[in-house]
Amino acid sequence: MELARTAEEEEFRARLRGWLAGVLPTLPPRPDPLDWPARRAWDMDWQRRLYDAGYAGLHWPVDAGGQGATPTQHLIFLEETETAGAPYVGAGFVGLLHAGPTIAAEGSAEQRARWLPPILRGEHVWCQGFSEPDAGSDLASLRTRAVRDGDTYVVTGSKIWTSHAEVADWCELLVRTDPEAPRHRGITWLALPMDAPGVTVRPLRTLAGSREFAEVFLDEVRVPVANRVGEENDGWRVTMVTLSFERGTAFAGEVVACHRTLRLLARRAQENGRWGDPVLRRRLGRLSAEFTALWRLTQWNVSEATHALRRGGTGVPGVGGSVFKLRYSHARQELYEAAAQVLGPGALDLAEEWARERLSSLSYTVAAGTSEIQHTLVAERLLGLPKGR
Amino acid sequence: MDFRLTDDQLALRRGMRELLAARFGREALREAVEAPGIDRVLWRALGEAGLFSLRADEEEGGAGAGLPEAVLLFEEAGRALLPGPLVASHLAGGTGLVPGAADGTAVVTAVDAAPGAGAVAGDGVLVEHLPSADAVLVVRDGGEPVDVVAPGAPAAVPVRSLDPLSPLHRVAEGTLPASTPAGGAACGRSADGGSADGGLADGRSANEWSGNGAARGTSVRGRASGGVSAGVLRREAALLTAAQQLGSAARTVEMAVAHAREREQFGRPIGSFQAVQHLCARMLVRTETARSAVYAAAVTADETETCAAKLLADEAATANARDCLQVHGGMGFTWEADVHLHLKRAWLRAAQWRTDVEAEERLAAALRCPIPR
Repeated sequence: MELARTAEEEEFRARLRGWLAGVLPTLPPRPDPLDWPARRAWDMDWQRRLYDAGYAGLHWPVDAGGQGATPTQHLIFLEETETAGAPYVGAGFVGLLHAGPTIAAEGSAEQRARWLPPILRGEHVWCQGFSEPDAGSDLASLRTRAVRDGDTYVVTGSKIWTSHAEVADWCELLVRTDPEAPRHRGITWLALPMDAPGVTVRPLRTLAGSREFAEVFLDEVRVPVANRVGEENDGWRVTMVTLSFERGTAFAGEVVACHRTLRLLARRAQENGRWGDPVLRRRLGRLSAEFTALWRLTQWNVSEATHALRRGGTGVPGVGGSVFKLRYSHARQELYEAAAQVLGPGALDLAEEWARERLSSLSYTVAAGTSEIQHTLVAERLLGLPKGR
Repeated sequence: MDFRLTDDQLALRRGMRELLAARFGREALREAVEAPGIDRVLWRALGEAGLFSLRADEEEGGAGAGLPEAVLLFEEAGRALLPGPLVASHLAGGTGLVPGAADGTAVVTAVDAAPGAGAVAGDGVLVEHLPSADAVLVVRDGGEPVDVVAPGAPAAVPVRSLDPLSPLHRVAEGTLPASTPAGGAACGRSADGGSADGGLADGRSANEWSGNGAARGTSVRGRASGGVSAGVLRREAALLTAAQQLGSAARTVEMAVAHAREREQFGRPIGSFQAVQHLCARMLVRTETARSAVYAAAVTADETETCAAKLLADEAATANARDCLQVHGGMGFTWEADVHLHLKRAWLRAAQWRTDVEAEERLAAALRCPIPR
């Protein structure tokens, strides 16, 4: 337990700060939040700028096209970009934070060279084809079938809650390759090109009004065996890699952004007079404690992963990510409830960004594993309580 | 920030856990419940183990260690429900404010006399273990000096303490030494501030009080008192109290989980039921969130982070003890089970050194500053 800060890291911070100060004023105006093609273009433009400046794939290994930065430098990056109000990954979320890291960890050299550079350059958007209409929390019961035919898989089934499917180039897809095997052992991870014949995307509207996710129907879609990451029937393990990224550190940047929002809320409340309400003030104070602790918890998870990596492990965040995910998803919802209190009647006006974020935040306790599933994971895996039914 | 414990830190923690297991196990705990007070032999053993001298300079017999090490020891104390004015004695030992505090020959308690500490006019100020103490620190806030007075000095009335392990007295604020610069070292508060606090409300001057104090007992003034700022001591007191809360929170998770694995109903362990599993999972989430905040504040020694640590550790200790009680069912409501001892102490500590009101208001006020790194 110590405050370890190296001159190299501080220099990295200073350089990044200088770059951000120069680039942020030159960004084009943000597009309409409901216009996903425009949002994709805007998010990819930002990713390209990061790439050109040498900040794309910062903590990815060099042989995966990354910069090989330390996890601490990655955290400094998240901290500085969010503090400066820089764009977040947006439509690049799945590629940069789920599929990309999974391919970097589990893909062959050829697969890395093929898929990772376009993600880092902001050319390819990925989506996630995990959940199915009958396989949500019980993901291992998924039924989308892939039948081997020579050097291709023929895939038939449907996926749901697929974020950014409408604007995606690739999909990280889970399919069942062995229906006879125990259910966790018959699953395979495939990279599916979204323009393949037989792929139909039907957008779903979120309660926030956005066509952010979709149903994806697959009708005898032919996917080359070369697109398989990991062994056939080993997809569940490969998936757990992705999920632990998702729960472990993928939300790190958002925590900093939440603290920034909190400071903006305090300013707004001072401007409109609601700061005089001690109940509101104390609520914001408690949230500040919450996000301060969550940021430290993130640093802790990252430092654990770093040291595991040095000892020859995978650097994949552990099940401790569940603790973070549970607390963060709840805190984020509470943040925007407090925002509604700051806004007063303005909370009913969707022109207010915080009114929209309040709606979006409702997905946090459901997406990436519901809070109930996380609680069960914590109870059975971390606390060692006997398995329930 | 590196959260891993060094080998030295691990050894320190192990040493304290072993000492407490040997010297303050369950039997000793239950004896202390029936006869609360300070076991002077144990107190000196704690002194020898460095609990009070840890952060004193090495040439003065201390270990020259820092807050992170102290936090680890206080976490162990919290786990074991070790009674006594541990925080005040540690601060008195580390600063040299009271001779004998560092090696455990003197027991020191403290009064939190800062305005905004949670008390309202007429509440008085509560002080723990007053009859066992050799000296009392009077801690205000900011750059004010810390006064050291004899335990007989403040007019104190015993309280029927909620926590059977922590005898309490109520001290009328007006009988505390007034806010005075000591040796010219303090910046001092205005007379207005003192008056609002009740310190000068009865119209007596500091000198008059000293006269009264001398009549009741000798005022013990440590040599370092002029140079120790009350604001720093309050922050450290809050952090070490939070560390004890963290230890208690972690312990009640273990107790709940152990019970949930043992106890069977409907033909299986109750820990296999999701309702119980999720109670236990929430306990762990609270504990680990609080741990991040407490350890980070130990490393940064930042005021705002300390407020966050205290707030979250208070929440973890009190809510965990209540959930632990729930998991224990009817047994949890008995005097025999230790659960109530954790809950009562957690409530007591939550009321000490940065209550939720003070911590939340300070955190809110700091919202316009950049997030600490």
